[in-house]
Amino acid sequence: MTRTADAVVIGGGIVGCATAYNLAKKGLKKVVLVEERYLAGGATGRCGAGVRMQWGTEPNCVLSRDSIKIFENLEEELSYHDSIEFKQSGYLLLAYNEKMVEQFHKNLGLQHKLDIPSRWVTPEECQDLVPHISLQGLHGGTFCHKDGHCNPFKATDAYAKAAQRLGVEILTYTKVTNLLQDRDKISGVETTAGIIETPLVIGCAGAHTMELGRMVGVELPIYPERHQILVTEPVAEKQGPMIMSFYHGIYCQQVPHGGFVMGLGDPNEVKDYDEDSSWQFMHEMAAKITFILPALKDLNVVRQWGGLYDLTPDKTQILGAIPEVPGFYVAAGFSGHGFMIAPVVGELMADVMLGEQPKYPIDMYGVKRFESGELYVEPSVV
Amino acid sequence: MSDCKCKDKDLNIVCRCEDITIEEVRAYIDNGVTDLEQLKRMLRVGMGPCQGRTCTPIIIRELSVATGKPVGEVPLTTFRPPTSPVKLGVLAGGEEDD
Ligand SMILES: Cc1cc2nc3c(=O)[nH]c(=O)nc-3n(C[C@H](O)[C@H](O)[C@H](O)COP(=O)(O)OP(=O)(O)OC[C@H]3O[C@@H](n4cnc5c(N)ncnc54)[C@H](O)[C@@H]3O)c2cc1C
Repeated sequence: MTRTADAVVIGGGIVGCATAYNLAKKGLKKVVLVEERYLAGGATGRCGAGVRMQWGTEPNCVLSRDSIKIFENLEEELSYHDSIEFKQSGYLLLAYNEKMVEQFHKNLGLQHKLDIPSRWVTPEECQDLVPHISLQGLHGGTFCHKDGHCNPFKATDAYAKAAQRLGVEILTYTKVTNLLQDRDKISGVETTAGIIETPLVIGCAGAHTMELGRMVGVELPIYPERHQILVTEPVAEKQGPMIMSFYHGIYCQQVPHGGFVMGLGDPNEVKDYDEDSSWQFMHEMAAKITFILPALKDLNVVRQWGGLYDLTPDKTQILGAIPEVPGFYVAAGFSGHGFMIAPVVGELMADVMLGEQPKYPIDMYGVKRFESGELYVEPSVV
Repeated sequence: MSDCKCKDKDLNIVCRCEDITIEEVRAYIDNGVTDLEQLKRMLRVGMGPCQGRTCTPIIIRELSVATGKPVGEVPLTTFRPPTSPVKLGVLAGGEEDD
Protein backbone atom coordinates (compact mmCIF):
# COMPACT_ATOMS: atom_id res chain seq x y z
CA MET A 1 0.00 0.00 0.00
CA THR A 2 1.37 3.43 -0.90
CA ARG A 3 0.23 6.52 0.90
CA THR A 4 1.42 10.12 0.98
CA ALA A 5 2.37 12.51 3.75
CA ASP A 6 3.64 16.08 4.08
CA ALA A 7 6.31 14.86 6.49
CA VAL A 8 7.42 11.61 8.07
CA VAL A 9 8.98 11.55 11.51
CA ILE A 10 11.05 8.43 12.21
CA GLY A 11 11.17 7.44 15.89
CA GLY A 12 8.56 7.60 18.65
CA GLY A 13 10.73 8.78 21.53
CA ILE A 14 10.31 12.18 23.16
CA VAL A 15 12.19 13.93 20.32
CA GLY A 16 10.10 12.39 17.53
CA CYS A 17 6.82 13.04 19.38
CA ALA A 18 7.77 16.65 20.22
CA THR A 19 8.82 17.28 16.60
CA ALA A 20 5.62 15.75 15.17
CA TYR A 21 3.54 17.85 17.58
CA ASN A 22 5.31 21.06 16.59
CA LEU A 23 5.04 20.32 12.85
CA ALA A 24 1.29 19.85 13.23
CA LYS A 25 0.97 22.88 15.48
CA LYS A 26 2.62 24.95 12.75
CA GLY A 27 -0.11 23.82 10.41
CA LEU A 28 1.36 20.88 8.52
CA LYS A 29 -1.65 18.72 7.63
CA LYS A 30 -0.41 15.17 7.08
CA VAL A 31 2.34 14.21 9.45
CA VAL A 32 3.05 10.50 9.97
CA LEU A 33 5.23 9.25 12.82
CA VAL A 34 6.72 5.77 12.39
CA GLU A 35 7.97 3.82 15.41
CA GLU A 36 9.53 0.37 15.24
CA ARG A 37 8.44 -0.67 18.75
CA TYR A 38 5.99 1.24 20.93
CA LEU A 39 6.16 4.91 22.00
CA ALA A 40 9.06 5.56 24.39
CA GLY A 41 10.34 2.03 23.68
CA GLY A 42 13.87 3.33 23.03
CA ALA A 43 16.15 5.49 25.17
CA THR A 44 13.29 7.76 26.28
CA GLY A 45 11.48 5.04 28.22
CA ARG A 46 14.73 3.79 29.72
CA CYS A 47 16.23 7.08 30.82
CA GLY A 48 16.64 8.89 34.12
CA ALA A 49 14.55 11.75 32.70
CA GLY A 50 16.53 14.29 34.70
CA VAL A 51 16.41 17.88 33.49
CA ARG A 52 19.13 20.36 34.44
CA MET A 53 20.37 23.75 33.31
CA GLN A 54 23.79 23.24 34.86
CA TRP A 55 25.91 22.58 31.80
CA GLY A 56 29.40 23.47 30.66
CA THR A 57 28.67 24.75 27.17
CA GLU A 58 26.40 27.58 26.12
CA PRO A 59 24.27 25.53 23.68
CA ASN A 60 23.34 22.95 26.30
CA CYS A 61 22.68 25.64 28.93
CA VAL A 62 20.33 27.54 26.63
CA LEU A 63 18.49 24.51 25.23
CA SER A 64 17.90 23.05 28.69
CA ARG A 65 17.04 26.35 30.36
CA ASP A 66 14.32 27.06 27.81
CA SER A 67 13.10 23.45 27.74
CA ILE A 68 12.65 23.50 31.51
CA LYS A 69 10.42 26.56 31.08
CA ILE A 70 8.31 24.48 28.69
CA PHE A 71 8.25 21.45 31.06
CA GLU A 72 6.92 23.73 33.79
CA ASN A 73 3.74 24.32 31.77
CA LEU A 74 3.72 21.24 29.57
CA GLU A 75 0.53 19.66 30.91
CA GLU A 76 -1.31 22.88 30.19
CA GLU A 77 0.23 23.50 26.78
CA LEU A 78 -0.60 19.97 25.66
CA SER A 79 -3.98 19.77 27.50
CA TYR A 80 -2.75 16.60 29.18
CA HIS A 81 -5.22 15.16 31.64
CA ASP A 82 -2.69 13.01 33.41
CA SER A 83 0.48 14.20 35.20
CA ILE A 84 3.99 14.21 33.76
CA GLU A 85 5.21 14.00 37.40
CA PHE A 86 7.56 16.95 37.01
CA LYS A 87 9.53 17.41 40.24
CA GLN A 88 11.62 20.56 40.45
CA SER A 89 13.76 20.01 43.53
CA GLY A 90 17.07 20.83 41.96
CA TYR A 91 20.24 19.04 40.93
CA LEU A 92 23.20 18.92 43.25
CA LEU A 93 26.42 18.32 41.29
CA LEU A 94 29.20 17.08 43.55
CA ALA A 95 32.93 17.89 43.29
CA TYR A 96 35.49 15.42 44.65
CA ASN A 97 38.76 17.05 43.60
CA GLU A 98 40.29 20.46 42.90
CA LYS A 99 40.05 20.05 39.13
CA MET A 100 36.29 19.62 39.42
CA VAL A 101 35.97 22.60 41.74
CA GLU A 102 37.72 24.66 39.08
CA GLN A 103 35.55 23.32 36.24
CA PHE A 104 32.38 23.93 38.30
CA HIS A 105 33.35 27.54 38.93
CA LYS A 106 33.97 27.99 35.25
CA ASN A 107 30.56 26.48 34.51
CA LEU A 108 28.90 28.77 37.09
CA GLY A 109 30.42 31.79 35.33
CA LEU A 110 28.89 30.70 32.04
CA GLN A 111 25.55 29.78 33.65
CA HIS A 112 25.23 33.15 35.39
CA LYS A 113 25.82 34.96 32.09
CA LEU A 114 22.84 33.00 30.79
CA ASP A 115 20.61 33.82 33.81
CA ILE A 116 20.72 30.31 35.20
CA PRO A 117 20.09 30.43 38.99
CA SER A 118 22.87 28.02 40.00
CA ARG A 119 25.23 28.53 42.95
CA TRP A 120 28.27 27.09 44.69
CA VAL A 121 27.50 25.09 47.85
CA THR A 122 29.96 24.05 50.56
CA PRO A 123 30.02 20.44 51.83
CA GLU A 124 27.92 21.50 54.84
CA GLU A 125 25.40 23.19 52.58
CA CYS A 126 25.30 19.99 50.51
CA GLN A 127 24.24 18.25 53.70
CA ASP A 128 21.53 20.84 54.32
CA LEU A 129 20.13 20.01 50.88
CA VAL A 130 20.58 16.23 51.17
CA PRO A 131 20.90 15.31 54.87
CA HIS A 132 21.97 11.70 54.21
CA ILE A 133 24.99 12.67 52.09
CA SER A 134 28.44 11.62 53.32
CA LEU A 135 31.08 14.34 53.63
CA GLN A 136 33.90 11.92 52.90
CA GLY A 137 36.10 13.34 50.13
CA LEU A 138 33.49 15.97 49.28
CA HIS A 139 34.87 19.37 48.18
CA GLY A 140 31.45 20.98 47.65
CA GLY A 141 29.17 21.27 44.68
CA THR A 142 26.81 23.38 42.65
CA PHE A 143 23.05 23.56 42.99
CA CYS A 144 20.24 24.86 40.83
CA HIS A 145 16.74 24.69 42.29
CA LYS A 146 15.04 24.85 38.88
CA ASP A 147 16.49 21.49 37.82
CA GLY A 148 14.52 18.29 38.33
CA HIS A 149 13.06 15.31 36.54
CA CYS A 150 9.79 13.93 35.22
CA ASN A 151 8.13 10.72 34.11
CA PRO A 152 9.42 10.04 30.57
CA PHE A 153 6.51 7.78 29.51
CA LYS A 154 3.98 10.38 30.53
CA ALA A 155 5.85 13.27 28.91
CA THR A 156 6.08 11.32 25.64
CA ASP A 157 2.44 10.30 25.91
CA ALA A 158 1.48 13.95 26.46
CA TYR A 159 3.22 15.01 23.23
CA ALA A 160 1.87 12.02 21.30
CA LYS A 161 -1.74 12.60 22.36
CA ALA A 162 -1.54 16.32 21.57
CA ALA A 163 0.01 15.51 18.20
CA GLN A 164 -2.77 13.03 17.41
CA ARG A 165 -5.40 15.61 18.29
CA LEU A 166 -3.79 17.88 15.70
CA GLY A 167 -4.07 15.13 13.10
CA VAL A 168 -0.70 13.38 13.34
CA GLU A 169 -0.93 9.71 12.48
CA ILE A 170 1.21 7.44 14.67
CA LEU A 171 2.21 4.02 13.37
CA THR A 172 3.71 1.81 16.09
CA TYR A 173 5.33 -1.60 15.52
CA THR A 174 6.31 -0.30 12.08
CA LYS A 175 9.92 -0.05 11.01
CA VAL A 176 11.46 2.20 8.39
CA THR A 177 13.49 -0.12 6.18
CA ASN A 178 14.70 2.33 3.53
CA LEU A 179 14.69 5.98 2.55
CA LEU A 180 13.69 6.71 -1.04
CA GLN A 181 15.26 9.41 -3.22
CA ASP A 182 14.45 11.11 -6.48
CA ARG A 183 17.98 11.87 -7.62
CA ASP A 184 19.31 13.33 -4.38
CA LYS A 185 16.06 14.62 -2.93
CA ILE A 186 14.02 12.61 -0.43
CA SER A 187 10.88 11.20 -2.04
CA GLY A 188 9.59 8.77 0.56
CA VAL A 189 10.18 6.09 3.14
CA GLU A 190 9.78 2.36 2.82
CA THR A 191 8.31 0.74 5.94
CA THR A 192 7.23 -2.71 7.05
CA ALA A 193 3.68 -1.41 6.44
CA GLY A 194 4.30 -0.14 2.90
CA ILE A 195 5.68 2.97 1.24
CA ILE A 196 4.90 6.51 2.36
CA GLU A 197 5.64 9.15 -0.29
CA THR A 198 6.86 12.40 1.27
CA PRO A 199 9.25 15.26 0.52
CA LEU A 200 10.26 15.75 4.19
CA VAL A 201 11.79 13.19 6.52
CA ILE A 202 13.33 13.63 9.93
CA GLY A 203 15.38 10.93 11.64
CA CYS A 204 14.78 10.94 15.42
CA ALA A 205 15.77 7.31 15.82
CA GLY A 206 18.38 7.67 18.57
CA ALA A 207 21.49 5.59 17.91
CA HIS A 208 19.72 3.98 14.95
CA THR A 209 19.77 7.32 13.12
CA MET A 210 23.22 6.29 11.92
CA GLU A 211 21.56 3.48 9.94
CA LEU A 212 19.04 5.91 8.45
CA GLY A 213 21.99 8.01 7.24
CA ARG A 214 23.54 4.98 5.57
CA MET A 215 20.30 4.41 3.63
CA VAL A 216 21.08 7.65 1.75
CA GLY A 217 24.85 7.25 1.70
CA VAL A 218 25.59 9.63 4.57
CA GLU A 219 27.94 8.61 7.38
CA LEU A 220 26.66 10.23 10.62
CA PRO A 221 29.11 10.06 13.53
CA ILE A 222 26.63 8.58 16.05
CA TYR A 223 27.56 5.54 18.13
CA PRO A 224 25.38 3.45 20.46
CA GLU A 225 26.62 2.92 24.01
CA ARG A 226 24.79 0.99 26.70
CA HIS A 227 24.01 2.75 29.99
CA GLN A 228 22.48 0.91 32.90
CA ILE A 229 20.11 2.03 35.60
CA LEU A 230 18.14 0.59 38.51
CA VAL A 231 15.24 1.45 40.79
CA THR A 232 14.58 0.63 44.43
CA GLU A 233 11.34 -0.07 46.25
CA PRO A 234 9.32 3.08 46.99
CA VAL A 235 9.88 4.71 50.39
CA ALA A 236 8.67 7.90 52.09
CA GLU A 237 10.16 11.06 50.64
CA LYS A 238 13.70 11.67 51.88
CA GLN A 239 15.66 13.17 48.98
CA GLY A 240 14.68 16.37 47.18
CA PRO A 241 17.51 17.05 44.74
CA MET A 242 18.95 14.74 42.11
CA ILE A 243 22.59 14.17 43.01
CA MET A 244 25.26 13.67 40.40
CA SER A 245 28.98 12.95 40.70
CA PHE A 246 31.12 13.13 37.58
CA TYR A 247 33.98 11.71 39.65
CA HIS A 248 32.07 8.47 40.28
CA GLY A 249 30.14 8.75 37.04
CA ILE A 250 26.79 8.36 38.78
CA TYR A 251 23.43 10.05 39.35
CA CYS A 252 20.65 9.29 41.83
CA GLN A 253 17.20 10.76 42.37
CA GLN A 254 14.05 9.90 44.28
CA VAL A 255 11.03 9.98 41.98
CA PRO A 256 7.63 11.20 43.26
CA HIS A 257 6.38 7.62 43.34
CA GLY A 258 9.00 6.99 46.07
CA GLY A 259 11.62 4.80 44.37
CA PHE A 260 15.25 5.84 44.03
CA VAL A 261 16.41 5.75 40.41
CA MET A 262 20.17 5.62 39.84
CA GLY A 263 22.56 4.99 37.00
CA LEU A 264 26.19 5.09 36.09
CA GLY A 265 28.35 5.64 33.04
CA ASP A 266 30.99 3.00 32.38
CA PRO A 267 33.99 4.37 30.45
CA ASN A 268 34.87 0.85 29.26
CA GLU A 269 31.49 0.14 27.72
CA VAL A 270 31.79 -1.15 24.15
CA LYS A 271 30.00 0.74 21.40
CA ASP A 272 27.21 -1.53 20.23
CA TYR A 273 23.46 -2.10 20.43
CA ASP A 274 23.50 -4.29 23.56
CA GLU A 275 20.67 -3.20 25.90
CA ASP A 276 20.90 -6.05 28.41
CA SER A 277 21.52 -5.48 32.09
CA SER A 278 24.54 -6.89 33.86
CA TRP A 279 25.21 -8.20 37.34
CA GLN A 280 28.48 -6.20 37.52
CA PHE A 281 26.55 -2.97 37.13
CA MET A 282 24.44 -3.68 40.22
CA HIS A 283 27.52 -4.24 42.35
CA GLU A 284 29.39 -1.20 41.08
CA MET A 285 26.33 1.03 41.37
CA ALA A 286 25.61 -0.20 44.90
CA ALA A 287 29.21 0.30 46.00
CA LYS A 288 29.37 3.86 44.66
CA ILE A 289 25.98 5.02 45.89
CA THR A 290 26.44 3.63 49.40
CA PHE A 291 29.74 5.54 49.57
CA ILE A 292 28.04 8.84 48.69
CA LEU A 293 24.66 8.15 50.37
CA PRO A 294 25.35 5.49 53.02
CA ALA A 295 21.77 5.56 54.33
CA LEU A 296 20.50 3.99 51.12
CA LYS A 297 22.11 0.67 52.02
CA ASP A 298 18.84 -0.66 53.45
CA LEU A 299 16.82 -0.01 50.31
CA ASN A 300 15.83 -2.97 48.19
CA VAL A 301 16.58 -2.89 44.46
CA VAL A 302 13.51 -4.08 42.59
CA ARG A 303 14.50 -3.70 38.93
CA GLN A 304 17.45 -2.91 36.70
CA TRP A 305 17.56 -2.30 32.96
CA GLY A 306 19.73 -0.86 30.21
CA GLY A 307 19.32 1.64 27.40
CA LEU A 308 21.40 3.21 24.67
CA TYR A 309 23.08 6.59 24.57
CA ASP A 310 23.49 7.94 21.03
CA LEU A 311 26.97 9.42 21.32
CA THR A 312 28.74 11.87 19.03
CA PRO A 313 32.47 12.67 19.10
CA ASP A 314 31.88 15.97 20.98
CA LYS A 315 28.94 14.67 23.07
CA THR A 316 26.70 17.31 21.53
CA GLN A 317 23.60 16.55 19.45
CA ILE A 318 23.38 16.78 15.65
CA LEU A 319 20.43 18.95 14.61
CA GLY A 320 19.42 20.19 11.20
CA ALA A 321 19.39 19.48 7.48
CA ILE A 322 21.71 16.98 5.82
CA PRO A 323 23.01 19.10 2.96
CA GLU A 324 23.70 16.23 0.53
CA VAL A 325 20.10 14.98 0.74
CA PRO A 326 17.52 17.76 0.40
CA GLY A 327 14.46 16.98 2.50
CA PHE A 328 16.36 14.86 5.03
CA TYR A 329 16.76 16.21 8.57
CA VAL A 330 18.30 14.74 11.68
CA ALA A 331 17.80 15.28 15.43
CA ALA A 332 19.97 12.68 17.14
CA GLY A 333 23.31 12.11 18.83
CA PHE A 334 22.01 13.43 22.16
CA SER A 335 24.82 11.77 24.10
CA GLY A 336 22.73 11.12 27.21
CA HIS A 337 20.85 14.39 27.58
CA GLY A 338 18.18 14.37 24.87
CA PHE A 339 15.23 14.10 27.15
CA MET A 340 15.76 17.44 28.89
CA ILE A 341 16.19 19.45 25.69
CA ALA A 342 13.49 17.74 23.62
CA PRO A 343 10.82 20.46 24.10
CA VAL A 344 12.96 23.12 22.43
CA VAL A 345 14.51 20.70 19.92
CA GLY A 346 10.98 19.81 18.73
CA GLU A 347 10.25 23.49 18.08
CA LEU A 348 13.55 24.18 16.35
CA MET A 349 13.25 21.16 14.08
CA ALA A 350 9.72 22.08 13.02
CA ASP A 351 10.97 25.59 12.18
CA VAL A 352 13.89 24.48 10.02
CA MET A 353 11.89 21.76 8.26
CA LEU A 354 9.29 24.32 7.25
CA GLY A 355 11.93 26.75 6.01
CA GLU A 356 11.36 29.23 8.84
CA GLN A 357 13.94 31.04 10.91
CA PRO A 358 14.39 29.03 14.12
CA LYS A 359 14.18 30.88 17.42
CA TYR A 360 17.93 30.41 17.95
CA PRO A 361 20.64 29.80 15.40
CA ILE A 362 21.24 26.07 15.08
CA ASP A 363 24.07 25.98 12.53
CA MET A 364 26.58 25.06 15.21
CA TYR A 365 24.76 21.75 15.76
CA GLY A 366 25.08 20.84 12.07
CA VAL A 367 26.82 17.69 10.91
CA LYS A 368 29.40 19.76 9.02
CA ARG A 369 31.16 20.64 12.28
CA PHE A 370 32.85 17.26 12.28
CA GLU A 371 34.57 18.17 8.99
CA SER A 372 35.47 21.74 9.93
CA GLY A 373 36.56 20.73 13.43
CA GLU A 374 34.47 23.41 15.20
CA LEU A 375 33.36 21.07 17.96
CA TYR A 376 31.45 21.87 21.16
CA VAL A 377 32.96 19.47 23.67
CA GLU A 378 30.62 19.16 26.66
CA PRO A 379 32.63 18.63 29.88
CA SER A 380 29.68 17.83 32.17
CA VAL A 381 28.32 14.42 31.20
CA VAL A 382 27.97 11.10 33.01
CA MET B 1 8.03 -2.63 52.23
CA SER B 2 6.12 0.07 50.36
CA ASP B 3 3.69 2.21 52.29
CA CYS B 4 0.29 1.04 51.11
CA LYS B 5 -1.85 4.01 50.20
CA CYS B 6 -4.81 1.66 49.81
CA LYS B 7 -7.83 2.96 47.99
CA ASP B 8 -11.35 1.65 48.39
CA LYS B 9 -11.12 -1.88 49.77
CA ASP B 10 -14.03 -3.03 47.61
CA LEU B 11 -12.13 -2.37 44.40
CA ASN B 12 -10.52 -5.28 42.65
CA ILE B 13 -6.80 -4.88 43.08
CA VAL B 14 -4.85 -6.71 40.35
CA CYS B 15 -1.39 -5.38 41.10
CA ARG B 16 -0.78 -5.57 44.83
CA CYS B 17 2.67 -3.99 44.71
CA GLU B 18 1.44 -0.84 43.02
CA ASP B 19 -2.15 -0.89 44.19
CA ILE B 20 -3.74 -0.93 40.74
CA THR B 21 -7.33 -2.03 40.19
CA ILE B 22 -8.80 -4.01 37.32
CA GLU B 23 -10.99 -0.99 36.59
CA GLU B 24 -7.91 1.16 36.01
CA VAL B 25 -6.43 -1.45 33.72
CA ARG B 26 -9.68 -1.73 31.76
CA ALA B 27 -9.90 2.04 31.38
CA TYR B 28 -6.51 2.10 29.67
CA ILE B 29 -7.40 -0.88 27.47
CA ASP B 30 -10.65 0.86 26.47
CA ASN B 31 -8.56 3.86 25.45
CA GLY B 32 -6.62 1.69 23.03
CA VAL B 33 -3.57 0.78 25.11
CA THR B 34 -3.61 -2.90 24.24
CA ASP B 35 -0.09 -4.06 24.85
CA LEU B 36 1.49 -5.05 28.11
CA GLU B 37 4.67 -2.99 27.55
CA GLN B 38 2.59 0.19 27.36
CA LEU B 39 0.31 -0.73 30.27
CA LYS B 40 3.34 -1.42 32.43
CA ARG B 41 4.82 1.97 31.66
CA MET B 42 1.63 3.97 32.04
CA LEU B 43 0.25 2.21 35.12
CA ARG B 44 3.34 0.62 36.72
CA VAL B 45 1.64 -2.80 36.72
CA GLY B 46 4.43 -5.34 37.06
CA MET B 47 7.00 -2.74 38.08
CA GLY B 48 6.86 -3.57 41.79
CA PRO B 49 8.93 -6.01 43.80
CA CYS B 50 7.04 -9.08 42.52
CA GLN B 51 7.57 -8.02 38.89
CA GLY B 52 4.13 -9.02 37.77
CA ARG B 53 3.87 -12.52 39.17
CA THR B 54 0.31 -11.83 40.31
CA CYS B 55 -0.99 -9.24 37.89
CA THR B 56 0.50 -10.35 34.58
CA PRO B 57 -1.69 -13.47 34.10
CA ILE B 58 -4.83 -11.46 34.96
CA ILE B 59 -3.93 -8.60 32.62
CA ILE B 60 -2.98 -11.01 29.83
CA ARG B 61 -6.50 -12.46 30.05
CA GLU B 62 -7.99 -8.96 29.80
CA LEU B 63 -5.80 -8.17 26.78
CA SER B 64 -6.72 -11.46 25.17
CA VAL B 65 -10.42 -10.59 25.47
CA ALA B 66 -9.85 -7.05 24.18
CA THR B 67 -7.71 -8.00 21.18
CA GLY B 68 -9.20 -11.38 20.33
CA LYS B 69 -5.73 -12.92 20.51
CA PRO B 70 -5.35 -16.26 22.31
CA VAL B 71 -3.73 -15.87 25.75
CA GLY B 72 -0.57 -17.61 24.54
CA GLU B 73 -0.08 -15.02 21.78
CA VAL B 74 -0.28 -11.86 23.88
CA PRO B 75 3.34 -10.62 24.02
CA LEU B 76 4.92 -10.50 27.49
CA THR B 77 7.27 -7.83 28.81
CA THR B 78 10.98 -8.35 29.42
CA PHE B 79 11.69 -9.74 32.86
CA ARG B 80 14.20 -7.49 34.64
CA PRO B 81 16.68 -8.67 37.25
CA PRO B 82 16.83 -9.09 40.21
CA THR B 83 14.39 -12.00 40.56
CA SER B 84 13.67 -10.91 44.11
CA PRO B 85 14.52 -7.61 45.84
CA VAL B 86 18.11 -7.24 47.11
CA LYS B 87 19.45 -4.55 49.46
CA LEU B 88 21.94 -2.04 48.07
CA GLY B 89 24.15 -2.67 51.11
CA VAL B 90 24.26 -6.38 50.29
CA LEU B 91 25.04 -5.71 46.64
CA ALA B 92 27.80 -3.34 47.69
CA GLY B 93 29.35 -6.23 49.56
CA GLY B 94 29.27 -4.56 52.96
CA GLU B 95 26.62 -6.72 54.56
CA GLU B 96 25.60 -10.35 54.76
CA ASP B 97 22.32 -11.26 53.08
CA ASP B 98 19.57 -11.87 55.61
C1 LIG C 1 20.16 4.94 31.13
C2 LIG C 1 19.91 6.26 30.48
C3 LIG C 1 19.73 7.40 31.28
C4 LIG C 1 19.49 8.65 30.71
N1 LIG C 1 19.26 9.72 31.51
C5 LIG C 1 18.91 10.91 30.97
C6 LIG C 1 18.57 12.01 31.78
O1 LIG C 1 18.58 11.93 33.01
N2 LIG C 1 18.23 13.18 31.19
C7 LIG C 1 18.19 13.31 29.82
O2 LIG C 1 17.89 14.39 29.33
N3 LIG C 1 18.51 12.28 29.02
C8 LIG C 1 18.86 11.08 29.56
N4 LIG C 1 19.17 10.04 28.74
C9 LIG C 1 19.19 10.25 27.30
C10 LIG C 1 17.78 10.26 26.74
O3 LIG C 1 17.15 9.04 27.07
C11 LIG C 1 17.80 10.40 25.23
O4 LIG C 1 18.71 11.39 24.82
C12 LIG C 1 16.41 10.79 24.73
O5 LIG C 1 15.43 9.95 25.28
C13 LIG C 1 16.42 10.72 23.25
O6 LIG C 1 15.12 10.64 22.74
P1 LIG C 1 14.92 10.28 21.24
O7 LIG C 1 13.50 10.46 20.96
O8 LIG C 1 15.92 11.01 20.43
O9 LIG C 1 15.40 8.74 21.12
P2 LIG C 1 14.70 7.38 21.52
O10 LIG C 1 13.83 7.50 22.71
O11 LIG C 1 15.75 6.33 21.52
O12 LIG C 1 13.71 7.14 20.33
C14 LIG C 1 14.12 6.65 19.08
C15 LIG C 1 13.06 5.70 18.60
O13 LIG C 1 13.32 5.37 17.24
C16 LIG C 1 12.87 4.07 17.03
N5 LIG C 1 13.53 3.57 15.81
C17 LIG C 1 14.83 3.27 15.62
N6 LIG C 1 15.05 2.85 14.36
C18 LIG C 1 13.85 2.90 13.73
C19 LIG C 1 13.41 2.60 12.40
N7 LIG C 1 14.26 2.16 11.46
N8 LIG C 1 12.10 2.75 12.11
C20 LIG C 1 11.23 3.19 13.06
N9 LIG C 1 11.58 3.51 14.31
C21 LIG C 1 12.88 3.36 14.64
C22 LIG C 1 13.27 3.34 18.30
O14 LIG C 1 12.49 2.17 18.49
C23 LIG C 1 13.04 4.39 19.37
O15 LIG C 1 11.79 4.27 20.01
C24 LIG C 1 19.44 8.78 29.29
C25 LIG C 1 19.61 7.65 28.49
C26 LIG C 1 19.83 6.40 29.06
C27 LIG C 1 19.99 5.20 28.17
